[in-house]
Amino acid sequence: MVISKKPLHFIVAALVAFLPLVTVANPESDSTAVAHNSVTTETAAHHEEESKDLKTEIKEFINHHLQDSYDFHLFSYEDDAKVEHHIGFPLPVILWDNGLQLFSSSKFHHGESAAESNGNYYRLFHGKIYKVSSAEGEVTVDEKHHATNEKPLDFSITKNVFMMLVVSLIMFFLFTNLAKSYAKNGGIAKGAGRFFEPIILYIRDDIAIPNIGKNYKKYMSYLLTIFFFVWFLNIFGLTPLGVNVTGNIAITGGLALVTYLITTFTANKNYWGHIFWMPGVPAPMKLVLAPIELLGTIIKPFSLMIRLYANIVAGHVVLMSIIGLMFIFKNWIGSSLSFVLAFALSLLEILVAALQAYIFTMLSALYFGAANEEHHHDDHH
Amino acid sequence: MEKLLEQFSLGLFVWMLVIFIALIFLLKKFAWKPILDAVNEREEGIKNALLSAENAKKEMQNLKADNEKLLAEARLERDSMIKEAREIKEKMINDAKTEAQVAGQKMIEQAKAAIESEKNTAMAELKAHVSTLSLDIAEKLLKDELSNKEFQTKLVEKMLGDVKLN
Repeated sequence: MVISKKPLHFIVAALVAFLPLVTVANPESDSTAVAHNSVTTETAAHHEEESKDLKTEIKEFINHHLQDSYDFHLFSYEDDAKVEHHIGFPLPVILWDNGLQLFSSSKFHHGESAAESNGNYYRLFHGKIYKVSSAEGEVTVDEKHHATNEKPLDFSITKNVFMMLVVSLIMFFLFTNLAKSYAKNGGIAKGAGRFFEPIILYIRDDIAIPNIGKNYKKYMSYLLTIFFFVWFLNIFGLTPLGVNVTGNIAITGGLALVTYLITTFTANKNYWGHIFWMPGVPAPMKLVLAPIELLGTIIKPFSLMIRLYANIVAGHVVLMSIIGLMFIFKNWIGSSLSFVLAFALSLLEILVAALQAYIFTMLSALYFGAANEEHHHDDHH
Repeated sequence: MEKLLEQFSLGLFVWMLVIFIALIFLLKKFAWKPILDAVNEREEGIKNALLSAENAKKEMQNLKADNEKLLAEARLERDSMIKEAREIKEKMINDAKTEAQVAGQKMIEQAKAAIESEKNTAMAELKAHVSTLSLDIAEKLLKDELSNKEFQTKLVEKMLGDVKLN
């Protein structure tokens, strides 16, 4: 692995060192609540309720953050008159429901009212669009709290789609500029691209060539694109913009699917030979191995999907929970401690952002390599 | 799990696939391909430059080695030339010496021969001169002696007297 162990050790040590402080701090605040309880029951109960509200609010906020949304919400605040203001911008909603329905997400008024388009009414419920009968219609739920309303086909430009477009544009301008700077400066990179050139070379020399071998060239575009795509999106996820693109199962599933399709369609005879008719084992074993190997080809990209998703979601949840702790502690020791912890974790998450992009690229290259392996080792079987 | 399924939104899923796949193809055409091509080109350029530098270095080394070889050869040649010259010099000196000796010898012999012949001539001349002189002397003596009859007679008588005694 490329991770230098020293900072990791330090961060782990710091985490372990801070953990008891945090766990001690928690019951302490509870004990003060109990102490209050003995003095005035009413205020203690009130305090309890308030902190519980805060906890659920933080939980909801984290959940909300992890999900995709139909508008780009930056922050909201309450003015003196207790009126909530949302700062951000709406994104277009595109639905396929008896024809194309196109309208701005501002029509939902942040889920407070139903949006009308061509005589159809839609309402937001748990971050999804459901069709309702009228402007006053509500989404009905069954006993498991699942919506029973019809769900139109939804191709909206959501926050995640928007961020992907932004990242795509950034990547396109960054790397086309780098490409142009070579022509302009006689083979030497200039500008911001200079920073990325060693990374491109690293992907070529240390990921593609050792894992794939001599056929590496046809995979380079994919490997480079996926590395920078995942890395940039991971980094954007750490910014206060509050986007969580790579922590969405649809995104990681899509990326893994592309890896799977490329592996499958560029595989050579030898690869399929090893799956359906494993050389060098007795015939009955070949029959047993074939379904296992076939399942393995699907499990590999599946693990890619889950690994990236879980790592990014876990990072976001932990980081936001620790930031949320600041508002629960409401004292200068606990809050500053959670600030330090959040800072350390942010650094770790920056590492994880690059690491997960690296792992995704590395494993994709490994699978492509397996699909391209020549049967030179057949004699050994 | 139920909550997870409830959270799954088909619309988001479809949008995600559309955006993501479109992004892959757009970036492939406008970004990844030019970037990777440019990087490859640059890497090739660097590789080539390094290779040519290496070659130039090798060539330099070869050149240096060649130079050294040439230098060594030249040095060797110079040494051999010096040696040869020395030999030639010595030989010349020796030759000159022997030649001079031979010539000297010859001259001495010639001189000796000339001296001999001169001597012989001188001797012959001397002999002739001496014989003439002695003849003259003898003639004069004889003339003188014979002109004195008395003495002659006495001499003859004495000689006769000696013979009688024998």
